[in-house]
Amino acid sequence: MRVSVSWLREYVDLPVDLPTEDLEQALVDLGIEVESVVDLRRTVTGPLVVGEVREIEELTGFKKPIRHCLVDVGTANGTGELQQIVCGARNFAPGDRVVVILPGGVLPGDFTIGARKTYGRMSAGMICSAMELGLGDDHSGIIVLPPDTPARPGDDARPVVGLDDVVVELEITPDRGYALSVRGIARELAYALGVAFRDPGRVPVPAGTAQPAYPVQVRDTVGCDRFTARMVRGVDPTAATPGWMRQRLTVAGVRSISLAVDVTNYVMLELGQPMHAFDADRLTGPLVVRRAEAGEKVTTLDGVVRSLTAEDMVICDDTGPVSLAAVMGGETSEVVGGTTNVLLEAAHWDPVMVGRTARRHRLFSEAAKRWERGVDPALPLVALQRAVELLTAHGGGEAGAEILDLDHVRPMRQVVLPVDLPTRRVGVDYSPQRVVDLLEQVGCTVIRGTDRLAEDAGTVATTAGGGDVLTVTPPTWRPDLTDPADLVEEVVRLDGYDRVPSVLPTAPPGRGLTWQQRRRRAVARSLAERGYVEVLALPFVAPELADQLGLPADDPRRPAVRLANPLSEEEPLLRTTLLGPLLGILKRNLGRGHRDLALYEIGAVFHPRPGVGAPPAMGVDRRPTDAEFAAADAVVPAQPRHVAVVLTGDVEPAGWWGAGRAAGWADAVEAGRAVLAAADLPAERIEVRAAEQAPWHPGRCAALLVDGEVVGHAGELHPAVLAGLELPRRTSAMELDLDALPAAPVVSAPTVSGFPPALIDVALVLDDTVPAADVRAALVEGAGELLEHVRLFDVYASESLGAGRRSLAYKLTFRAPDRTLTVEEAVAARDAAVAVAAQRFGATLRGA
Amino acid sequence: MSYRNDPYDPKQVALLDPAALAGAVADAEQAFAAAADPDALTALRPAHLGDRSPVSLARREIGALPPAAKADAGKRVNEARRAIESAYAARAEVLDREQAARVLVEERVDVTLPYDRRPRGARHPLSTLMEQISDLFVGMGYEVAEGPEVELEWTNFDALNIPADHPARGLMDTFHIAPPPGADASGLVLRTHTSPVQARTMLTRKPPIYVVVPGRVYRTDELDATHAPVFHQVEGLVVDRGITMAHLRGTLDHFARAMFGEGAKTRWRPHYFPFTEPSGEFDVWFPEHRDGPRWVEWGGCGMVNPRVLRACGIDPEVYSGFAFGMGIDRTVMFRHGVSDMRDMAEGDVRFTRAFGAGA
Repeated sequence: MRVSVSWLREYVDLPVDLPTEDLEQALVDLGIEVESVVDLRRTVTGPLVVGEVREIEELTGFKKPIRHCLVDVGTANGTGELQQIVCGARNFAPGDRVVVILPGGVLPGDFTIGARKTYGRMSAGMICSAMELGLGDDHSGIIVLPPDTPARPGDDARPVVGLDDVVVELEITPDRGYALSVRGIARELAYALGVAFRDPGRVPVPAGTAQPAYPVQVRDTVGCDRFTARMVRGVDPTAATPGWMRQRLTVAGVRSISLAVDVTNYVMLELGQPMHAFDADRLTGPLVVRRAEAGEKVTTLDGVVRSLTAEDMVICDDTGPVSLAAVMGGETSEVVGGTTNVLLEAAHWDPVMVGRTARRHRLFSEAAKRWERGVDPALPLVALQRAVELLTAHGGGEAGAEILDLDHVRPMRQVVLPVDLPTRRVGVDYSPQRVVDLLEQVGCTVIRGTDRLAEDAGTVATTAGGGDVLTVTPPTWRPDLTDPADLVEEVVRLDGYDRVPSVLPTAPPGRGLTWQQRRRRAVARSLAERGYVEVLALPFVAPELADQLGLPADDPRRPAVRLANPLSEEEPLLRTTLLGPLLGILKRNLGRGHRDLALYEIGAVFHPRPGVGAPPAMGVDRRPTDAEFAAADAVVPAQPRHVAVVLTGDVEPAGWWGAGRAAGWADAVEAGRAVLAAADLPAERIEVRAAEQAPWHPGRCAALLVDGEVVGHAGELHPAVLAGLELPRRTSAMELDLDALPAAPVVSAPTVSGFPPALIDVALVLDDTVPAADVRAALVEGAGELLEHVRLFDVYASESLGAGRRSLAYKLTFRAPDRTLTVEEAVAARDAAVAVAAQRFGATLRGA
Repeated sequence: MSYRNDPYDPKQVALLDPAALAGAVADAEQAFAAAADPDALTALRPAHLGDRSPVSLARREIGALPPAAKADAGKRVNEARRAIESAYAARAEVLDREQAARVLVEERVDVTLPYDRRPRGARHPLSTLMEQISDLFVGMGYEVAEGPEVELEWTNFDALNIPADHPARGLMDTFHIAPPPGADASGLVLRTHTSPVQARTMLTRKPPIYVVVPGRVYRTDELDATHAPVFHQVEGLVVDRGITMAHLRGTLDHFARAMFGEGAKTRWRPHYFPFTEPSGEFDVWFPEHRDGPRWVEWGGCGMVNPRVLRACGIDPEVYSGFAFGMGIDRTVMFRHGVSDMRDMAEGDVRFTRAFGAGA
């Protein structure tokens, strides 16, 4: 909402010298966000004067038509001679009065005007458009002052064009429809600054008459609980909108159209009451206000044919719908160039109906915006009277004596407020009288004690304490004041948020982070310390990703949650694996010249629940039962938290110490082990096993298992996947479901023996298809309790061993808790270990 | 005295001659002094202290002496031997010390050579800031609550007093989940704020409730310098007996000081949120701002709307509460002088590495 301060001043006695900073602060303290305050008095400096065009010479031979003008600027140029000005606009003629900025003046944007030669002529100054003066967006031509403007050449042009004003642009929160008007803002400023307010919405106006201004039938008094109308006949169709009105509309961002339409818009901005002007001669028969029939059509003012639903409301005449009620008028009945008889309408509509209609038709008109946020139902007759006065004052004609008023407005619901509730909720000691005063300032009617009528079951009342209560009737322009809490806010808002003291509450003892939260941090920290850089990728993915990753048709990562309104139609799905977005970020980094990369992400993936429908409807008047909420929650997609890494290039760079080391499958598997170690899961519960899983290389993919359950995969990515995604060969990755990991056990401490160890190396020769993990398991099983540690220290293959054979060399550490082992004991344990490997895999001791 | 042993073979006892012994000592001292390093010294030992060394041979001659002369001769030989041993030890100590000092010089390296064999990783500043804020509140007795990112419309909107037809719902540019086959609507959205976790918390816990909720949220904004479709919030919720706006202010003030130093303070102004009443927005005075100390818009807050308490099964006659929340991306931006939101979403390692592992 943009409004000029001069307009506000008509209804609120703002101090004459009110600094703009104080005005802004007052608005902010009221909860009205100030987007900008523009002091128009300061936007143009230097001589800005009224000029009268005397002669125009058309210059030819340039790319566009150019005019060389002689302009009378009185004595403002110091000489009294005609001013020579070159101008590119064409919307003026000799005799017109225009706005001239003379050399030395500065326009908004720090644009200094000088005298210079251009298009072969002297040009000393500029004839201005509204946009150049910072007065709106109109740059279609220069400003031509209306003929009745009381100004002479050489006069200061600022007051003439409205540059003697201050414009505030405000952001109104959706609960305060009344503040979308000069009336509402003026009222708010009156509280804040403690100055007088004259309510333009509460003035005596003629009441409805028995005889209607026009035959109207309202068939749905819930959707339209008030409908008023009055006829003005004989309006001069050529009458222009007065300059001051046009200026105010321009400031508010409303285009001037015709006097009748401008008047309705002006009244809407001033009072907050949207209105409509019909051309009475284009209406056929009586008007009917009703719900639309499904499929019924209306052509709105913007020229769009709209197909209606049974929830929309329409105003019809004998020809059918002539207006999409409350949202936008219709083409067939709108005021046109020749209109002389105007039927003015001011109604009151159901905000929910208007909101739905506006959203359904994507028609967020200024009227709809106000209806949706609440319009004072007491306004229609006042607005009608104001519009009639403005229209007849500037367009002539005569208002009919008949005034239609179909009033089904229900009284405002009372709210019972315990008088100490503001004190209890805010922590400031408000006296009962202070509470009453502040609420009355807002416009409420306050009765001490309960009113029998107020004990409505639907009222959200807080009456704890059983003490003094106030029965509060909100003013008609505050439909948002429905609950005691709303009244508490009014009290603290007007009394001042800055008066609220600062008191730190004492929370009961907490239990710290959960083990899952601690684990997630440990995993993140561990990966960062291992050289991985955390990223937070956008989770939106393309349907093609599943194919690019080579996921089989029945892969559980194929079904995905789909957005109804994605940002990009190419990426309507939510990720089912972290790898897609993570590889995208890897690629972006590669594109930026990084070669050696190791990235990780911890985040949710999304799996739809197969076969579920929409969640059951739940109200808000009570807590849903556990069963109701569980049924609704069962529809929410599974969203396990995963961790993933991707890496490419060198994991260790080359340097003066020697060669670098390329990242590969083993690093990815190790990242998985690191995650499980950071999760405090003991090594004996972890298993790494060869697996075939897209998008990994089938020969270089490991499944990571905990307690025999697969929790993730790691290894080198499939060459075809990498080629398809245009990523470097050997790029490797790991992804693991953190939510699938069991809680870490309480560690049972080992017995630390002080006796010396016996170290024995064994090299086993066996088929290279036997996984090293299985050989290790066999050695551990066979060695028994004396085995303290086993470590694979060499893998060797050669022709002498034979094709498909390899040697695995292990260092076995034996130790007893209670004695120094004899050589015989250690060898016996070694032999037992080897025996299991031999029996299970045909392993032989190398060299034996 | 040995002169009187002339009847014995004088040659046999010539080595016991004091002059001979003194000569052996002198020879040894001279030889040891000439040794350049501990190895050379060790090599000299057999010649001067070994079995065939003069002092050892002299000791063998003692047996040939008359008993009366033995004690005297033995004493002389022992003295000579001790003298040589001591010369050896003294020289060894000198040479060992010299060698130790030489090794330290010879083994000198250029310690400024870079050794970045294991490149450092980094944590994202949004993650570490969310953890810092969580820790601050955990230290005050709060617990960290979490909820799903694809959320029920009911918890994201309805339970928070944002009815379907309220304009406030339209103001949150919401990603809707596509309906399942045969349905008009899914009843699901990508959560537009962390506040649905308030509803979930109140549905599952009994007051007193003191929780802090960090998390990712979504709005249908294109990614540009100041907007992102995915961003992060942290919010706090307290529901207890006798909670007032003064408690809210006290909590925000403490939070601001903990985050931005003792010089930080807050101010607030009325605002509208459907789920709180009264509601406000708050600014923080940030003394370390890159462009000089200033007020920075920080977040929204208010007293939990009794309608929200009721929808979540908490009696608003008995309990009251407050809630507050702020954008974490925004906080990182003004705290660290990030000027483009894309830097936080695009994942360029140069950006994130600058923040290190995060403390």
